[in-house]
Amino acid sequence: MDVAIVGIGIHPFGRHEGVSGRAQGAYAARAALKDAGLEWADIQFAFGGSHAAGTADSLVSELGLTGIPFINVSNGCATGGSALLSADNAIRSGAYELGMVIGFDKHPRGAFNADPAAVGLPAWYGETGLMLTTQFFGMKAQRYLHTHGISTSMLAKVAAKAYHNGSLNPHAWRRVPLTEEEILSSAMLSHPLTQYMFCSPGEGGVALVLCRADRARRYTDTPVYLRSAVLRTRRFGSFEVFSPWLALERADSPSVDAARAAFELAGVAPGDVDVAQVQDTEAGAEICHMAECGLCEDGEQEKLLRTGATGIGGSLPVNTDGGCIANGEPIGASALRQVYENVLQLRGAAAGRQVPADPTVAFSHVYGAPGVSACAVLTR
Amino acid sequence: MTRTRPVDDGLFVEGDDGPSLLASSCRACGTTTFPRQQSCPKCTRMDMEDRLLPRRGTLWSFTVQGFRPKSPYAGPKDFTPYGVGYVELPGAVIVEAILTGNDPQRLRIGDPMELVVVPFREDDDGTQVLTYAFSPVQSA
Repeated sequence: MDVAIVGIGIHPFGRHEGVSGRAQGAYAARAALKDAGLEWADIQFAFGGSHAAGTADSLVSELGLTGIPFINVSNGCATGGSALLSADNAIRSGAYELGMVIGFDKHPRGAFNADPAAVGLPAWYGETGLMLTTQFFGMKAQRYLHTHGISTSMLAKVAAKAYHNGSLNPHAWRRVPLTEEEILSSAMLSHPLTQYMFCSPGEGGVALVLCRADRARRYTDTPVYLRSAVLRTRRFGSFEVFSPWLALERADSPSVDAARAAFELAGVAPGDVDVAQVQDTEAGAEICHMAECGLCEDGEQEKLLRTGATGIGGSLPVNTDGGCIANGEPIGASALRQVYENVLQLRGAAAGRQVPADPTVAFSHVYGAPGVSACAVLTR
Repeated sequence: MTRTRPVDDGLFVEGDDGPSLLASSCRACGTTTFPRQQSCPKCTRMDMEDRLLPRRGTLWSFTVQGFRPKSPYAGPKDFTPYGVGYVELPGAVIVEAILTGNDPQRLRIGDPMELVVVPFREDDDGTQVLTYAFSPVQSA
């Protein structure tokens, strides 16, 4: 049983004083239902989650007490991706025909602060100031650029592209283009990464309506097919966030594993991808993840960035909605934002940021603590 | 004389010839972990013994923490940016640590580094809290 996405809804990302994360989730859910021409009463099941804004299943208080199974998903940055693959399984197995995934969040300002005990780490690790995602990304970028001979200035190119794409996206948070000079001269947060190279924890909500592919045209003229949704955790030897130590031997990251499995399951090659959304927690992450997902070779990124290949009109458009850098990262909603953008692009409905030449294959990827990745392949 | 205490009792030992980090080694497959843990993340068995890590290694990657972290960070009230790096200890692990230097222009991947124990902050009663760090090896 194949699976289609027939409805999409989003609450604008950013900061929304006085609007709860749950309210943003409910808004997105209603928008997705409207998009599919459905009522909440039609929905047979839901998976959803937020990291810091309450339990998703409590949204039934607002959406309607219809008695459906609604399962809360909590998987860090892969929360949305995990909800998506759970819904995919629910329909693909034949158990259900029509369901919803919802992700939303609302975080305070500033870098995330993590509780060491929650991920099995000793207190000293947090106390002495080693437990910051920002440090990991700084050190990963430092090592990657050094190993593959990529200029530090490429980090500014990635961020400038993100703000440019954000300026074309009505639901993005950061909608003012920034120059590479402005990005490089902003505060140095975690060398070599400056403030404007990072995404910020933020707010937003996204919902998707999924159904059996053979029923998709009941709800939309432009179904988009979910060809694969995959989740992987880290293996021994990979270099991950929140690691007091690394093994001497190196293993592929969970992003490599998840992307490879997602392409295999979908029966498409990375070279077939017409538009991609990859985790850009900061500019270095986009550079690393492009290669980890198989979209380019290690070290090829500098040429791609210098020639504009990853821009909206390029041969490999990446993070066409501005990514995390321009949208911020409400953890529960982030992966579903990527899928929302890919559906828009495959429908040809992305307006001012539409990838030209009728894209047919779209890929999305998230990565997060403590070493988890979720990927999805969509086709028209 | 200032009283001192380690930030964690199971983190490092100070011997006559200098400090060493405390680690675990798997009796079954030889994998080393830091800090100590009771099971092996590689072969999954529960047969670990204590070992001390080599004191010297090379800088594997680095950054500089440019802003004061939120809680649970419990550093000194006056924040100074600090270096953080991974140091590859031959035959053991790549260990994450505070670096004694915070100037990125003076840090290079591959630099020789050695373990030191440094004051991290003071408790309310004046006790100095010590942690481990890595410092560039002083050329003789």
